[in-house]
Amino acid sequence: MEKRVVFKNKILPYLLLAPQIIITLVFFIWPAAQAIYSSVLQEDAFGLSRVFVGLENFRYIFSDRIYHNSIYVTAIFSFSVAAISMSVALLLAVMADRAIRGATTYKTLIIWPYAVAPVVSAVLWYFLFNPTVGMIAFFLKSLGVDWNYALNGKQAMLLVIISAAWREISYNFLFFLAGLQAIPKSFIEAAAIDGASPAKRFWTISFPLLSPTAFFLIVMNIVYAFFDTFGVIHAITEGGPNEATNIMVYKVYHDGFLGLDLGSSAAQSVILMIIVISLTVFQFRYIERKVHY
Amino acid sequence: MVDIHNTRDTHYRLLDHCIPHIYTFVASTRTLDEITSSVPIFPGSHFVENYMQALSAGSKDVGATVGTMMLNSLIMALGISFGKIFISLLAAFAIVYFKFRFRMFFFWLIFITLMLPVEVRILPTYKVAADLKLLDSYSGLIFPLIASATATFLFRQFFMTVPDELCEAHRIDGGGPIRFFFDILIPMSRTSIAALFVILFIYGWNQYLWPLLITTDEKYYTLLIGIKRMLAAGDTQAEWNIIMASSMLAMVPPVLVVIIMQKQFVKGMTDTEK
Repeated sequence: MEKRVVFKNKILPYLLLAPQIIITLVFFIWPAAQAIYSSVLQEDAFGLSRVFVGLENFRYIFSDRIYHNSIYVTAIFSFSVAAISMSVALLLAVMADRAIRGATTYKTLIIWPYAVAPVVSAVLWYFLFNPTVGMIAFFLKSLGVDWNYALNGKQAMLLVIISAAWREISYNFLFFLAGLQAIPKSFIEAAAIDGASPAKRFWTISFPLLSPTAFFLIVMNIVYAFFDTFGVIHAITEGGPNEATNIMVYKVYHDGFLGLDLGSSAAQSVILMIIVISLTVFQFRYIERKVHY
Repeated sequence: MVDIHNTRDTHYRLLDHCIPHIYTFVASTRTLDEITSSVPIFPGSHFVENYMQALSAGSKDVGATVGTMMLNSLIMALGISFGKIFISLLAAFAIVYFKFRFRMFFFWLIFITLMLPVEVRILPTYKVAADLKLLDSYSGLIFPLIASATATFLFRQFFMTVPDELCEAHRIDGGGPIRFFFDILIPMSRTSIAALFVILFIYGWNQYLWPLLITTDEKYYTLLIGIKRMLAAGDTQAEWNIIMASSMLAMVPPVLVVIIMQKQFVKGMTDTEK
């Protein structure tokens, strides 16, 4: 798709593009190239020596037990965040779709958490579940649960999953509601006349028609759980206890920025780059978008 | 289709959904003793006191007041949203309204930024910022984040739908590209700009990893970094009343933007699909 009418100017278009391109080159392309470059080097933390080691860094991290654990933790974490936030969002969307009075109020209340930063959401849940001051922690203790996420890895995982999923419910809700409202009412009414129960109508009509939305949301939720939840982990658990919540993005930060293990951190960055590139390509290639290129 | 039972059910579920907000508010109106010794359900009488202390004195664990940090967050959020919108408008204008060498190359170059979030290039980006002397500065908080493929594509899409006749008429009247851009294109893009602004403001306000990396001077802490520093109080008791008041304050600006500009927000979400 091209414009029929264009302006003729030899220099102006480059000037117009310059700010965007300069920022892209300086802060995106160059650092990414640097990451790829250092992933095949062995460097000391002071930058005094550099040795080319080929794929040694990759071989090292793939044989590292801690990295295996991190992949596993990331998989559990992102899958749970996607599953929980999508199912709750679908439930809320179905109810909001049925409600006629006060629909706008519901919508406002439900999409509100989207504006809350992941790290603030983390602080709120951290407070509720805090063993010394938290309301939910008190409640759990009164039920006899030995609640202390600072020692128990499974509880820590549960806490970061809840914190990360809560905010994402709003996002999923918006798309599910839009999807539900796009389903022609005549389909539902026809089924109702034929005597299908509301549950049956939902599972045989609405649910299949929502599947493109759901598919799109799965990818978006996984991207979110991978790359936008750093704040949640950093604020609540810092990867602990005993690596139980050490997701891949947090590990890159920890190994590179705090541990100064440059080669390993760079190799991990490259792996994450491959993941995010595959997810983006997948999303553009197979998922219908309104944007066409 | 709606019966009373259903509506009431919805109310309960919504209440569930909002518990963290409500409880945070309750805690932000209590003294630290009240929070740590029991579980308060209703708001207390220390609302003004806690918020004033947060805003003007801050937590004892962080060297900056919440007022300062809110200002920093605001500068960062506004800088990022206006910066992104402006440079993306320019780039989209160049791509749609001009023919020049390497046009598609530049287009793809911008596209690549989608695939390179800060999270995957933490150290090298930090090094670049350090070399450019951007650590602990507002430019450092803003500039590295203002490239935007999403915004560029959105404006490109929109410009494609602008009728060619407008541009033709403008040219026949003897107008140049710059006048066309400022007098016709930007005013026509108002709704897209507003929708994008809401999304980008939230994005900018909620940035966490980048400010964490490049700010070591309390003067430049954003509010979210400050809250994290308050949490990490070490051996001393975290000042929950101040932390909760600060968290409320951290939620207010983006939530207000969403509530006031809800229509634009929903449009922005579905347009950018991000």
